[in-house]
Amino acid sequence: MSNRNSPLPDLTSAYRRLVGTPGEGKKKLNWRVWVLGVFGIVMMLSLTQQFAKLETSDLTSSGTWLIALAWSVPILMAGLGGIFSERVGIVNIGLEGMLVLGTFFGALGTLLYGPWWGMVIAAIAGAFGGLLLAVATVTFNVDHIIAGVAINIMAPGIARFMASIHFPERGGSITQSPTIVGVSTFNIPFLAGGSIGGWRSPDMLGAIEDWDWFFVSDLAGIMRGFSSGMSWLGLVAILIVPAATLLLWKTAFGLRLRSCGENPHAADSLGVNVYKYKYYGVTIGGALAGFGGGFLAVQLSGLYREGQTLSKGFIGLATMIFGNWRPVGTALGGLLFGFAETLRLRDPNAAHGLLLLVGLSLAILMLRALYKRKTRVAGWLGLATAGMLYWYLSTDSVPNQLPKITPFIAVLVMLIFATQRLRMPAADGMRYRKGEGG
Amino acid sequence: MGKKLMYVLAAPLIAIGVAMVVTSVVLLIAGADPLSAYSNMWEFGTRLETLIETLNRATPLYLSGIAVAIGFRMNLFNIGVEGQYILAAIIAAKVGAEINLPPVLHVTVIILTAMAVGAFWSGLAGFLKVSRNVHEVVSTIMLNAIAVAGITSYLLSIWDVPDESLDTALKSIPESGWMPSLNGWVEVFTRDIKRVELWGFILVAIAVGIAYHVLINRTRIGFDLRASGENASAAEASGTDPKRMIITAMVIGGAVAGLVGLPELLGNSHAYNLRFTQQLGFAGIAVALLGRNHAVGVAIGALVFGWLDRASGVLEVRGDAPREIVAIMQGVIILAAVVAYAVVERKRRAEEASAAAAATAAAIPIAQVGDDEGGAS
Amino acid sequence: MASAVVLEGITKRFPGVIANDGVNLDVADGEIHAICGENGAGKSTLMKILYGMQPADEGRMLIHGEEVKFASPKEAIALGIGMVHQHFMLADNLSVLENVVLGAEPTKWGAINFPEARTRILAIGETYGLKVGTRDLVETLEIGERQRLEIIKVLFRGARILILDEPTAVLVPQEVEELFRNMRELKAQGHTIIFIDHKLDEVLEIADTITVIRAGKTIDTVKPEDVTARDLAELMVGSELPTPETRESTVTDHVVIEAIDATANDDAGSPKLRGVSLKVHKGEILGIAGVEGNGQAELVEAIIGMRPLTGGVISLEGERMKGWGVRKRREAGIGYIPEDRTKRGLLSGFPLWENAMLGHQSMEPYVKNAFWIQSDDAREQTKTVVEQFDVRTPGVEVAAHALSGGNQQKLIVGKEMSADLVALIAAHPTRGIDVGAQAAVWEELRHARAAGLAVILISADLEELIGLSDRLVVILRGDLVAELDPASVTPRDLGSYMTGASVQERST
Repeated sequence: MSNRNSPLPDLTSAYRRLVGTPGEGKKKLNWRVWVLGVFGIVMMLSLTQQFAKLETSDLTSSGTWLIALAWSVPILMAGLGGIFSERVGIVNIGLEGMLVLGTFFGALGTLLYGPWWGMVIAAIAGAFGGLLLAVATVTFNVDHIIAGVAINIMAPGIARFMASIHFPERGGSITQSPTIVGVSTFNIPFLAGGSIGGWRSPDMLGAIEDWDWFFVSDLAGIMRGFSSGMSWLGLVAILIVPAATLLLWKTAFGLRLRSCGENPHAADSLGVNVYKYKYYGVTIGGALAGFGGGFLAVQLSGLYREGQTLSKGFIGLATMIFGNWRPVGTALGGLLFGFAETLRLRDPNAAHGLLLLVGLSLAILMLRALYKRKTRVAGWLGLATAGMLYWYLSTDSVPNQLPKITPFIAVLVMLIFATQRLRMPAADGMRYRKGEGG
Repeated sequence: MGKKLMYVLAAPLIAIGVAMVVTSVVLLIAGADPLSAYSNMWEFGTRLETLIETLNRATPLYLSGIAVAIGFRMNLFNIGVEGQYILAAIIAAKVGAEINLPPVLHVTVIILTAMAVGAFWSGLAGFLKVSRNVHEVVSTIMLNAIAVAGITSYLLSIWDVPDESLDTALKSIPESGWMPSLNGWVEVFTRDIKRVELWGFILVAIAVGIAYHVLINRTRIGFDLRASGENASAAEASGTDPKRMIITAMVIGGAVAGLVGLPELLGNSHAYNLRFTQQLGFAGIAVALLGRNHAVGVAIGALVFGWLDRASGVLEVRGDAPREIVAIMQGVIILAAVVAYAVVERKRRAEEASAAAAATAAAIPIAQVGDDEGGAS
Repeated sequence: MASAVVLEGITKRFPGVIANDGVNLDVADGEIHAICGENGAGKSTLMKILYGMQPADEGRMLIHGEEVKFASPKEAIALGIGMVHQHFMLADNLSVLENVVLGAEPTKWGAINFPEARTRILAIGETYGLKVGTRDLVETLEIGERQRLEIIKVLFRGARILILDEPTAVLVPQEVEELFRNMRELKAQGHTIIFIDHKLDEVLEIADTITVIRAGKTIDTVKPEDVTARDLAELMVGSELPTPETRESTVTDHVVIEAIDATANDDAGSPKLRGVSLKVHKGEILGIAGVEGNGQAELVEAIIGMRPLTGGVISLEGERMKGWGVRKRREAGIGYIPEDRTKRGLLSGFPLWENAMLGHQSMEPYVKNAFWIQSDDAREQTKTVVEQFDVRTPGVEVAAHALSGGNQQKLIVGKEMSADLVALIAAHPTRGIDVGAQAAVWEELRHARAAGLAVILISADLEELIGLSDRLVVILRGDLVAELDPASVTPRDLGSYMTGASVQERST
């Protein structure tokens, strides 16, 4: 892939190095890229924090990042659901609907049997949505997007109807469940002061965060965000990321799943039951999305509310593309959106500070373009940087709608500039009939 | 001919049948009596006032369905009608309120504004697809969110006119910019209509439907569009510019999408407010699917969905079931319809192929199964 | 010798057609058995049945004397049968190793045992002289390497009976020799090979036994030493062979299409045409020979206007076509028979009359004022095409997918030729159609030439090229490397120019 005219850093190949080439040809992780990238990002956040101190104190605080991590879970799960579905070649626009099913059934299950069973029921409900999509697209060959849209129309209908039966009599309403309680949370001992058998260990990262040193405390804050206040369900979600990677790239099952999305006729000619694996992939994908929906209702919101998914299924889909159809990349994308969402919830003023962050990023990209002698690109980036800085300096706040739509703008910008580097499964979205073609 | 009609009707009838069965089962599980529910719905739904409301509901659904169908005809999935019409409605409402023109001209300006805004927002997705290869499904989803949660919400907050009603709403459009009610015409044939007005915009919707049909089936642009949808690379080899077709389809679709909010705006609310009807864009996708992108089919789809929406109100009043049962019914209709269409289409194609083979078998001695095509493809 | 495979009375019907009609086949253990037949004779269908991809409607199959019935390739694989398909069955974005082990993965603790798989693949490579890098992504492999990979896939599953479906179709003569070496090696190791082909010299060279299939029936089984190519050909076709020869020259010195130093890129942006200069005259067929992927597709697309030139000029009747879209070029009289009719030439769900309109939708009689479709006139015009070009169809309202490949192709050729043309680009005009349709298409190309059209013919069928062309040029890596006289050139010579084994001093 050439990187002509692209003003974005080479994210995808950075991911490639991060994730390695798929399968057995896996190269060693390039730790330098990894570490450099993380430090770069933290440094930028640090700088912004420094300049915009009066407006926000939250860009690098552990509180922000623990919430960001939690709020990234539904998006991440939707994205992983998308990966499983699209890796077997089924485009899954119905993730939003599966998420909705997850929120409702997660809440209902929690009311009836407690949060753990609630999450199981949420995953089953999502899997049911996936199964429905598989029946339509695999068995009946319906266009994938049409089938997904149908699920997105139907899922809220089911949720609403069932809610109107179940929730009013339990102290909720047609559009809302009574409050529910999720599972408990924990801190990691020593790092974030978690307790071992009743003994409270020292909170090392917390202490460093309190020093309030430039960069060092910021880094500690972010790391503490990842090691404290985590729910056990969140831990399950995070562990699913490496598990999915291993499953897809290291096992026979995973290879067969992926082969259905790359060249189903080849798989079929080798005796792989393509229909079966497509069903597996889409159903697993649905279960993951259902889990994500359940997490949103049970753990994050403490209730089911109609429309609470707020397009997280679609954002998940976008995150999957952002992550180039790979779990780790998708997880990073999910974290980004979780972060944006958190700032909106916690600290609306931070959005104004973020203008500075965007301005700084643009400036760095401009320098990079200059270094690569792409003057035209650099010119545009310079203009954008100036505009962003002018916006930052000439105003005290941004419309409160802006943070809400930031993730969507981010995805759009990402797609506009990085489409050429993305590689979707070769047979993604295509209808497949056994025996046809080849 | 009779067979052809059967193929056309089979799928929607199967879909509605399946939907009724599923709905009945759900109602039974919920402890309601499906028969009583259906008969109540039928009785309430056949009243003149309900039928007028059905038409009022079907008008924007139809426009939305046509807007989606234009894209579908060339395999473009314009999921963005939602954002396009809401953005168009608020800007058209603002323009309509700020200007003062003679009646017909005033309405015309509002309509053209809405179409322009819709076309622009939809064209943006087309432009991104053409220039940066961004899939329209993803881009229109993002543009929806930006239009509804971002721009429209922002515009509503800055254009809000503080008044005694405490309602978050824009200034009202003066009466010269309203669309007259058609009740007078209907009453010629029926009795007096109580409480409801038949929105005049239905005439525009009918005109749009006719224009759509003629454009798609009788003109070169329509052929280019359909050909691109059937086989994009063949269409390109035939001389259609794929990029231009994408932009054209998105712009025309967006222009029609811009109209979706106007029946309500010009016929009833006369101002954009917080309660302005949403979700019509997604419903339009359903209606277009049900009607197979055909001008008349989409109309039937819009009427069916509109009627279900309006007639279901009685369910709660009579205590049969929550009216949300209709949402399930609509969802099942869509899913069953797309599956049924796929099955019927496959059967029709197989029959056509064997009919053609039989008709020519006398002339061709050799079995013409392409060696490299693997048979019954 | 015992029989490895016996097929008795295999019959397979598809809606409206019979692909196999009581086929019998007896393949001895350890031999190379060729199955010959022209396109559409039912060879591939038969092999798909033997490999379990499609069930037979009637008949028996015996593998090493045991009667079998396969529900899926898996069962065929388990009995040691492997198939290399005509179109490679490879996933581009998976590694060589992943492609090989798919469906037969050696596992350890539930995970794929990569070291073991690699060892086994390398061992196969050693034994049979089939070398590939296991870590490479398949998309980086050349055609020959892909074919080796396909054979390795089959051997990895322990196949003793190999089915090769037209393995030479995509290869140039030099690669064919490499393949034959591999096949002889396999035979020496005791494998049985069933080999589908319709290139008779190849069949006579490599096969131990030859079975000829025609119209879904077994015609005869012969030994290569007992027959000549001519005998085989007559068995295949059942009558006198049609030959693609043109009659006396109609070439004029009036240049219709001229390219000067034309350069163009492929979709990925790398140069694919590197300064092609050519002239096509009124009344001339210019044949372009070349191994697929050497720029001929890009050249065609550049002439018809689907691919922008990055340099140079292409002109029609002396007028530069820079900035002209496809439509304008078609209106100016360039006809186009696309390489892949289902991909570029047909709207399969649309009726024939709308298909005839395709490419002429801005022209009379199909459309008035370049805007209003004249459906009655279009139907009439299509009926004329159908009659004149012998398209076998119940009517013009039938959807295109319902027609056989040959009739689809006749419709495409017919609707192009019935327009008012000055030039015609024919890319693989007889690919994948039956012999009757092939003869008809050749006849039409001769008519076109006689009618004073400038014709550019691209084909992988070297005999077709030599037989029809007035002049032949060879394209290699985006450059015209040789100009040859079809009257004196042999397919073998042509092949060596195509691969760059022979080089010609350029006269211009």
